[in-house]
Amino acid sequence: MSEFIAKRGALLGFALAAILLFAVAPAVLSDFRLNLLGKFICYAIVAVGIGLACGRGGMLTLGQGVFFGIGAYIMAMHLKISDADLRGDDVPDFMSIAGIRELPSYWVPFTSPITTILGILFLPALVALVLGLGVFKRRVKGAYFAILSQALAAAFAILLIGQQTTGGSNGLNRFRTFFGFNLNDPANKQMLFFIAAGVLLVVVAITRQLMYSRYGELLVAVRDQEERVRFLGYDPANVKIVAYVAAAFFAGLAGALFVPIVGIISPNDVGIVPSIAFLIGVAIGGRTTLLGPVLGALGVAWAQTTLSEQFPSGWTYAQGLLFVVVVGFFPAGIAGLFALRKRKQESEPVPEPSEEPEKELTR
Amino acid sequence: MDVVIGQLFTGLSIGSILLLAALGLSLTFGQMGVINMAHGEFIMAGSYTAYVVQQIVSTGGASLFISLIVGFLVGGAMGVLLEVTLIQRMYHRPLDTLLVTFGVGLILQQLARDIFGAPAVNVVSPGWLSGGVDIFGAVVPKTRIFILVLAIVAVLALSMALKKTAMGRRIRAVVQNRDLAETSGISSRRTDISTFFLGSGLAGVAGVALTLIGSTSSTVGQSYLIDAFLVVVVGGLGQIKGAVIAAFALGILNSFIEYSTTASIAKVIVFVLIVIFLQARPQGLFAVKTRSLV
Repeated sequence: MSEFIAKRGALLGFALAAILLFAVAPAVLSDFRLNLLGKFICYAIVAVGIGLACGRGGMLTLGQGVFFGIGAYIMAMHLKISDADLRGDDVPDFMSIAGIRELPSYWVPFTSPITTILGILFLPALVALVLGLGVFKRRVKGAYFAILSQALAAAFAILLIGQQTTGGSNGLNRFRTFFGFNLNDPANKQMLFFIAAGVLLVVVAITRQLMYSRYGELLVAVRDQEERVRFLGYDPANVKIVAYVAAAFFAGLAGALFVPIVGIISPNDVGIVPSIAFLIGVAIGGRTTLLGPVLGALGVAWAQTTLSEQFPSGWTYAQGLLFVVVVGFFPAGIAGLFALRKRKQESEPVPEPSEEPEKELTR
Repeated sequence: MDVVIGQLFTGLSIGSILLLAALGLSLTFGQMGVINMAHGEFIMAGSYTAYVVQQIVSTGGASLFISLIVGFLVGGAMGVLLEVTLIQRMYHRPLDTLLVTFGVGLILQQLARDIFGAPAVNVVSPGWLSGGVDIFGAVVPKTRIFILVLAIVAVLALSMALKKTAMGRRIRAVVQNRDLAETSGISSRRTDISTFFLGSGLAGVAGVALTLIGSTSSTVGQSYLIDAFLVVVVGGLGQIKGAVIAAFALGILNSFIEYSTTASIAKVIVFVLIVIFLQARPQGLFAVKTRSLV
């Protein structure tokens, strides 16, 4: 019975979120604010994946910017090529200025919309799969994995900056059309918002199914007692790889949506600092929960936009303080505080916040 | 031939800088399990210390040596402050130390920007370090040789400190068996603090050394931190021997790959090589033999 209520509760929440995103938000927000919310939603999609891999799976993924960036750059390359088509040129504007007359070979697949979409769907996941196989199968974990994922982000950003054909440190910008739709038309911008909101809902639904399945139990078990899971006959590496690949897949989708919504992608959006910054929303919201990361990411993105408008250097201090205070003193995030209050209301003895999972995160 | 010698020396000098940055990390990360992302900002603090010292003592040679000592103390003091205020609360959550110290690093970077300004500042290296030395036809700048010597001295001093002094023995005892060390009357709290002082002080020294080869900005430490971490990972946790070999190997590898491709491609190739290396030795070059299952 209670299970039925819980199930209906989730459905209700889902419906409520859908109404908020698809009916209320477009009605009350200006075009500019709606577009901004669309950008925040992209961050929230990344956060859902981090919540799964990091909160549930205990893998500290510091390199989500890489997967975000792969999705984003693929989309951006396609948009640049269609922009060049409109002008009747073979190569994007920044290349013809640099005197490059021929499309670089790695750009060619993304002239077609179909390979572009396939690339966005599969390339980030494929990179995550290869790295995951290389790392988890050899039982490299904990801090080692965190450092490797971070080094990957560093290498990726340096690679992008070093190549002229990726737009260097300027990145790719000035897109005019999105699969044939004019990007300056407010109606099309609204459509983009709806796509992003829809993707967020689907991603949350997928993650919920994963979390509450047998696989979800196994993932938490691997996080807490990897050796015992191994002795039970499972391969913890496979369990971890699934979560890591799913997180990369979500991040790639988010990157691809980010590009037409925001209108620019550059190495600044995918390097080490943004990669780790993705984590702060997740940590604030509560990394082991489903909705904590979503709400945390939305809240942090909103705070960043409003704060950095008023105090340009203030946001860096605020961000640093958030990491110190939230991670250092409230490791379970806001969701953890709610859980604590709920327990108090039920007048049960309040147990100490469990440190068990974190203890096992090391090695 | 002189190209090979030249690249070899470039590699040795990249390696010696990596080693200086990684030695302190190897101590705090390897021996205490703390992932200190603010280590890069301690390096930066060392660099700015050299800048400030030069504003006060402008005579070249003296200023460098004073900077090395003050840089060590400044880095060490910052490390102790971090340990006492934050890290001691979270020894049982090592992965979270990474995020917390990342936040500290962000704050320190912004602080440096607000104090010293966004543009990079320069430290003039002393006259006796200008020019180069001709080694088998390749001209090697004297500053780079000085850093190489400094790295060697730092390694020797650290291993002597760990082996011969009472404090070093206490550090090793706590690392090997915290409970037993406590039972034998060693204060593990005080030992943790001295380990952090030593490790962070070395970051300060690395920062002073960096001013000899480049200008100083608020992000100077960050650019070395990831490579320093990779050195520790490849070398094996808490292994000075491993850090030395890994630092020079990565430095030389980097300089030769960079010579035949570009700096950005070299980064990616080195990363891939490290992942491949970890397939063979997931615990790094040298590992402490334990009875743990992994």
